[in-house]
Formats: sequence, C-alpha cells, structure tokens
Amino acid sequence: MTVLFVGLLAIYMAGIIFPPCFPGRPRIQNLVAHGLAIGAGLVGTALGLAGLLAPEPWTASAESTIPFLSFAIRLDPLASFFVLTISVVGLAASIFALGYVTEFYGRSSLGAMGSLFNGFLLAMMLVVMADNGFFFLIVWELMSLLSYFLVVTEHEKAEVRYAGLFYFIMTHVGTACIILTFVIFSQEAGSFSFEDFRHPDQRLPDGLRSIAFFMALIGFGAKAGIVPLHVWLPYAHPAAPSHISALMSGVMIKTAVYALIRVYFDFLEGVFPWWWGFTVLSIGALSALLGVMYALMEHDLKSLLAFHSVENIGIILLGIGAGMIFHTYGLHELAALGLLAGLYHTINHATFKALLFLGAGAVQFATHTRDIEEYGGVLRRMPWTGLFFLIGAVSIAALPPTNGFVSEWLVFQSLFLSVQLPTLFLKLMLPIAAAILALTGALALACFAKAFGMAFLAQPRSAHARKAVEVPVSMRIGMGILAGSCVVLGLAPMLVVPLLDRVTGPLTGVAISQKVLALDGWVVAPVTVEFSSISTPVLAGLLVGAGLLGLLIARWLGKGVPARYTRTWGCGLPLTPRMEYTATGFVQPIKQVFETVYQPTVKLEREFLEQSKYFIRHQRVEFHTEPLFETYLYRPVVRKLLALAERLRVIQVGSLHLYLTYIFVTLVLLLLWAG
Amino acid sequence: MVQVVLIVVQLIMLLALAPFIVGVIRKVKARLQCRRGAGLFQPYADLAKLFRKQPVRSSTTSWIFAAAPYIVFASTVAAGLLMPVFLSHTPLNFAGNIIALVYLLALGTFFLILAGLDAGSAFGGMGSSREAIIATLAEPAMMLSILAIALTAGSTNLSTIVHQSALLEGVVLAPPAHLMALAAMFIVTLAETGRVPVDNPATHLELTMIHEAMLLEYSGRYLALMEWAAGIKLLVLLTLIVNVFAPWGIATSLAPAALATGTVVYVLKVAGLAVVIGVIESMFAKLRLFRVPELLGAAFILALLALVFFYTLRG
Repeated sequence: MTVLFVGLLAIYMAGIIFPPCFPGRPRIQNLVAHGLAIGAGLVGTALGLAGLLAPEPWTASAESTIPFLSFAIRLDPLASFFVLTISVVGLAASIFALGYVTEFYGRSSLGAMGSLFNGFLLAMMLVVMADNGFFFLIVWELMSLLSYFLVVTEHEKAEVRYAGLFYFIMTHVGTACIILTFVIFSQEAGSFSFEDFRHPDQRLPDGLRSIAFFMALIGFGAKAGIVPLHVWLPYAHPAAPSHISALMSGVMIKTAVYALIRVYFDFLEGVFPWWWGFTVLSIGALSALLGVMYALMEHDLKSLLAFHSVENIGIILLGIGAGMIFHTYGLHELAALGLLAGLYHTINHATFKALLFLGAGAVQFATHTRDIEEYGGVLRRMPWTGLFFLIGAVSIAALPPTNGFVSEWLVFQSLFLSVQLPTLFLKLMLPIAAAILALTGALALACFAKAFGMAFLAQPRSAHARKAVEVPVSMRIGMGILAGSCVVLGLAPMLVVPLLDRVTGPLTGVAISQKVLALDGWVVAPVTVEFSSISTPVLAGLLVGAGLLGLLIARWLGKGVPARYTRTWGCGLPLTPRMEYTATGFVQPIKQVFETVYQPTVKLEREFLEQSKYFIRHQRVEFHTEPLFETYLYRPVVRKLLALAERLRVIQVGSLHLYLTYIFVTLVLLLLWAG
Repeated sequence: MVQVVLIVVQLIMLLALAPFIVGVIRKVKARLQCRRGAGLFQPYADLAKLFRKQPVRSSTTSWIFAAAPYIVFASTVAAGLLMPVFLSHTPLNFAGNIIALVYLLALGTFFLILAGLDAGSAFGGMGSSREAIIATLAEPAMMLSILAIALTAGSTNLSTIVHQSALLEGVVLAPPAHLMALAAMFIVTLAETGRVPVDNPATHLELTMIHEAMLLEYSGRYLALMEWAAGIKLLVLLTLIVNVFAPWGIATSLAPAALATGTVVYVLKVAGLAVVIGVIESMFAKLRLFRVPELLGAAFILALLALVFFYTLRG
C-alpha cells in the first residue's frame, strides 16, 4: 500500500510539474499531462481496491511545524471506496481528454490545463484520505480553487466568468460552515486530528452537536449541490471543458457525500435524534424532485446534465437519510441497507454522469454547440457516441437491468422497510418519499427521452449537426470504459455489494452482505427474500430471450422480407427538420402541468402590416421559466448585502493613515479584551 | 424442470390471451354501439397479416426505430413473466418484485417515446411528448397503490402478495384501503394502456391520439410487434389488478384440479374486466390532455389515502 500511495503521489506531482515545461508544444503537453493522469488512475484503482480489501485501515502521517496541522493519511474502507470511484472516473476522463483537448490547441495553455487537471485529481484523492481537520481543509480548499481555475478555462467568455464567480462565492460560504463544524469538534476532542474527533474526551451538549450537524449539512451540501444551495452548480459545471465537467459532476460533488457520511456516522458515531435523518431525507427528496424538474426545462445539454446531478445527490441523500433514521431507532441492518443503497448510487452516478458528460463533450466537439435544439440525427453520424450516450441515459433513468436501476431499487427498498419504524409519522413519510422518488424517476425518464431523442434521432436541425463526424478513438475508449462500468455495476451486484458492505459494516456495526445477497449472489434481496428480491442477470436474460422470441416469430411469419425505405409522410409536403417536434415543444405539457414550480411566462411580440391588424409581418415568442430560488431567495439576500456594503463605504475613504488607525484601535481593543 | 414448464406455459398464455382481450373489448364496444362487430378472434388475424406484410421504413430513421419494437415487446413480456397468472407461485418471482415490473414497463415506454421521435414527423413527437407526461404522472400513483397492498402482505414480491391474500379466501383485511388502492390502480391502468378517457385506441385524429401517434410510422412486422406488446401490456396490468386485489380462485398448489380451476377463473376474471373497460370506453368521452393530470392526481390521492387507512386501521 505504501508503494501504491507513494507512486500515486509521485505520478500526480510529475503530472503537475512537467506539462508546463514544454511551452508552445501543446501535443507533448497533452500527452505528458494526460498520460501521467492515466497512469495515476490505474495506480489509484489498485490503491482503492487494496484499501477496500485490507483487514485494517492503512495510516501514514508527517508532522508539521504549524500547530494543529499534521499531514495524516488514513485509508479505511470508506476512503478507499471513494479513491476507487475517483480513480475509475479519472482514468476514463484522462483517456477522453487525450483526444478532446486537441480542440484547445492554440486557444488555451495546455500546460496550465494539464497541470491543473492533475492537481485537481490529486486534491480530491487527498480530501478523502485526509485524517486531520486542518489538512482536510487545506486540500478541500485546494480542490475548490483548482476546480475554479478549470471552470474559467474559457475565461474570455463573460458567462464563464460569471459562472466561476458564482461558484467561487458559494464554495467559500460552504467552507466557512465546514470550518465551524470542525471548530466545534475540536472543542470536543482537544485537537484537529480526526482520530480524536472519533474518540472525544467528552460529549458536547446536544445544542452544539445540532449546530455541528447543520453546519456540516450546509457546508458540504453547498458543494454537493443540495436544494436550495444548488444554484451555482448548473452554471459552473457546464462552463468547464467536458472532461472537467465529468470530474466535477461525477466525483467532486461525491467528496461532499463522503464528508457527510464521515461526519455523521464516524465522528458523531451515529448518535443523533430522528429528525436529523428526517432533515437529510427531506432535503434529499426536495433535491431529487426539483433537480429533475429544472433539468427538464434546460435545453443546453450540459446544464441539463448538471441539474441531474442535483437530482442524483438527492437520491443518494434519500438512502443516507433513511439509513440515519433507522440508525436512530437501533435498526442497524436497515441503517446499513440505506447507507449501502446511497453508496451504490454514488458510484453508479459517478460512472453514468461522467459518461453522459463525456458524451455531451463528444457531441459538442463534433458540432461546436451545446444547444439541444440545434442537434438532431447525430446517431447516424456518430454511432459509437450515440450508443454510449444511450447506455448512460438508460442507466440514469434507472431502467432495468442497468446499474441505476439496482441502486434506485435499493433506495426504494430501504424506504419501504419503514414498516418497521415505531412512529406513524415516519411510517407515512418514508413511503411518501418513495412516491416522490417514483415521480422523480418518471421525470428523469421523460428528460432523457427528450435529451437522447432530440439530440440523436430524426433529422439534423442545423448545419452544425449535419456536418458532425464521429470523434477520435481515444474519446470513444474513455466513454467505452464508463459504459462498460455501467453494465458491469448493473449486472454484477454480487461483486459490488460485498465491497460496499466492507464500507458500511464498520460504520453501522453490522455486516449485511450475506443478507442482501441470496442464491450465491444471483439475487439481491434486502433484508429477506420474502420481502423483496431482484436479479438483474436474470432480468437481462429475460429481456434478451423475449427479444429473440420476437425476432424469431417475426422471421418465421414474415419470411424475412427486407424493409422498404421511403420518406416519412409529411402531409404531402417534403419533410423538413422544421416539422420535427422541438425540445421546447416536447416538455410543454410538463411545464403546463407543473406550472406552480416553473411559473412560466410567455412574451409575445407582434408587428402587423399597416393596412390591417390581421396580417402579421413579424412575430417573436419568448418562453421563460422562473428560477424560484434565485428570484426569491438569492436576489433579495444579494441586494441586502450590496446595500450593507454601500453603507460600510463610509469608513473606507481610501486614506492609508485612517486604515492604520483602524488597525491600531482594533489591536488596543483586542488587548483590552484579552487582558 | 417443472419450473421451466411453468414459465413456458405462462409465456404462451400471455402471448395467446393478449389479442383475445383486445378482441373482447372491441366486441363489447361494437355491441353497445348496436353493431355486430368483428369476431373475437379478429386481432389474431390482424397480427398474422401484419407479420406477413413487407414493412416500410422512413429513410430518416436510425437503428433505434427498428430495435424499438423488439425492446418494447421484450420488456412487456419480461414484465409479464414476473407476476403470478394462474398459479400464485410464479417460478420467476425471485427475479423481480413489483418495482422491477413497473420499471420494466417503463423501459418499454422509454423506447416507445424514442421511436415516436425518430421518424421526424410532428405526429410522432406529439405522441411522445404526451406519453411522457402521462407516464410520469401515472407511475407514482401506481407505486403507492401497490405498496398499500404490499404492506398488508408484508412483501413487495408479487407472488408472495398474491399467495398471502389467496390463502385468506375472500377475507379483506382493510376493506377501505383495499378499495381505494383498487380504484387508483384501475385509473392508472386505463392511463398506462392508452384507454378512454385518457387516450383513444380507435382514433387516428392528430389532435387527440397518443399511443397511435407514436406508432404512426410503423408497418408490417414492426407494427405487429408493437400492437401485440400493447395488448400484452394491457393484459399484464389487468392480471395485476385481478390477482393482487381479488386473487380468489387462483391455484395455490400444483394439483391438476387447482391448476385447471385457476386457469378458468383467471381467464373469466380478466375477460370480465375487459368487458368493464369496453363499457367505460362506450360511456365516457376522452378527456382533454390537460384534464388528465386531475384524473391521475385523484388516483395518487386515493392511493395515498389507502396507505393512511392501512396504517390507521391496523395500528
């Protein structure tokens, strides 16, 4: 393990240092940066697996001269699981990047980009491995800053700069809350070491613990993109180059999930009132539903995917929240199940969301646009990208037998098992959460039917889409790895569940792998076979078998007559792309049904002929939906803050002497207070 | 071995019975309109004819268009194999519970929607768009209504639910909850299978059609598979209703007498429900698309109330 860890560190350091050493030679910079990242991805995968299978957590540390800070590393199963996730996605993104970044030759500095890319990956790895509060905050901040620089890669565009600023502010509000959480814990533990957080000298009063809970939820929630702290995410994630978006949406937001589990189940030792779990569950349900609803109205492919990250974080939190509730009532097996469901969805979301972002990047690479309305007919031009995107779409829509289905199914089960809870309120609330999840799933299906159908099917709607060609082979390999992972994670829960069980076991105190898997692992059955069971391999077999049966019957009766090709009937007119349904039209019924959420407005401008108002010369229609949280929550707060800042300008007159006086007065006051 | 035979028998039964149910509904509607109507077995002849015809494909379509009928057919058949039909213990019970069944049907819906978009005509898109909203609203109601019954049986596995309730021999544990969940499920079935008052399977009017609009570009064997799959989906949901909500008479053991009774009772029950649907189709007009959410919302509330009643009545 030591060798693997040092190797990982060394490769990433090389990946940070070497790319800028070849200025003006983007090809070499690209090869060096992403080649090293691929190597690190392989080493990281090995490290993650080794950590998951190791009997004891692996630790290492180096003391520093700064008080409270020590560079402590601890690789327990929870950390290893996230290392594995980051590595697999990082590997695929690096391979994809080899071909993808050729687009940036001559436009952006490949040296800086490659350096930042490796640094960002390393920072994420260290975040999940850090075992000291100070060290954690440093690498957490590093991760945020490096991703900020990557977001603003195309800083010549104003909207990218705006997205970057928004992200920068939100992530620092989050960091402030995290610092508060750790300060509270350090009061309890007497140091900033996570080891002491785990075994505090005395337990804090409940009030302070609750503050720590909320601060952690806000701090990490801001990074994870929970509603209502999600507003930055749909701006920042799409603004970055696609392989970075894949990392941000696929794994960076997962570091927040990691931290939440670490804080709630490890530091707080799972001792908490039921309403903590209920709060997490409610936020999960809200995020899931609103995330997918806003995604439906997005016609920028990457923004759409970013909103789906909000949705999936919600689904993960539904699992974790249910686990927390069960934990409060001492139902440890169910707690482990909820947590396991959340973690399973975490790795699934990492794979299919990264896959979809890479797919979106590939389509953008080929068409130079992100607007779904300008796509169409891409499947015939980019068959591989189309197939991979379809696998991702089916997975994220949680359709059997894909990986998304398995984990969403597990979340459903943990919600349905609420029958065993003692209070009627929770017994009713968890099934309602399940109904919200069902609605979310159905909306996600509609959303990806729209995304895939509008982008890849029918006729091209613009010259860009007509000219699209398949992307280079390295980009296809990157997507292929993730598509393969989606299939394996879906069809082989018998491999995944025992590994996850090693993560949840120490946190909840029970191992449930034997109970969740029945019949040699062919059946997933939490917690008893009588309550519920699925078997994705059998379902896949059934689907293939029934499909072949249909094929046979069609062959047998139809004697294999080949189909005749002709144009689609366009009511007597030649069919043009303008006759197709648009993405806007497709979601119109949904917009109308859920108008309370969207508050849609239509602006209609018409110019008439002078002679008669019955003849329109020119007409313009604008559709608009109201982003509720931005309008009613953020804008008033920002306005108040700006007004306050305006007032404070009185004391900032620009005179250096005056500022020195301020410093002096403050110092005197502080000394008086301390004395 | 017995298990394999049972699976095959169930498969053949679903495939064979589906067109008959469609025939029954059409016959009932015809009689209520004072027509003689086509024979009960007309849908079989229609399918056979379609399979033999040469299909015509649009030149703008991709492989999705050709694959969709097979995927829709496969997902519907797979869903049908997960639930008990004439025997309360279906061999494939372990492969998927009620959620798996709902999501398998959703897989079919997903590819149906894609197929509707692929030909590039406005009609297909219109159908797909409407199908998306109806499927979205129907799914939560369906999930909750079955959950209410699942909790009574202490399982979400269909065979266990059906077996448990069948053993009670006509005793309903929480009648109000049971009835409300049944009503919700029935409304959902009408919506999911494109029946009046949500959709009209007998129309090709562009302003109203939903399911037919998505199939508009299909012909020959592709259309045959799609039509057959639609029939099987209807049969699957009807079977779900009769077996989950009124499983009485279903075979609970492999005894020949029980199996024979089970099969006869099942066919009679499903055919009876088909007559009810036929009558409803003749009595009501199709709702406007934007009135459908109210109907499905009502189904959702009914299912939710069923859940509340279940808990409050049973403590």
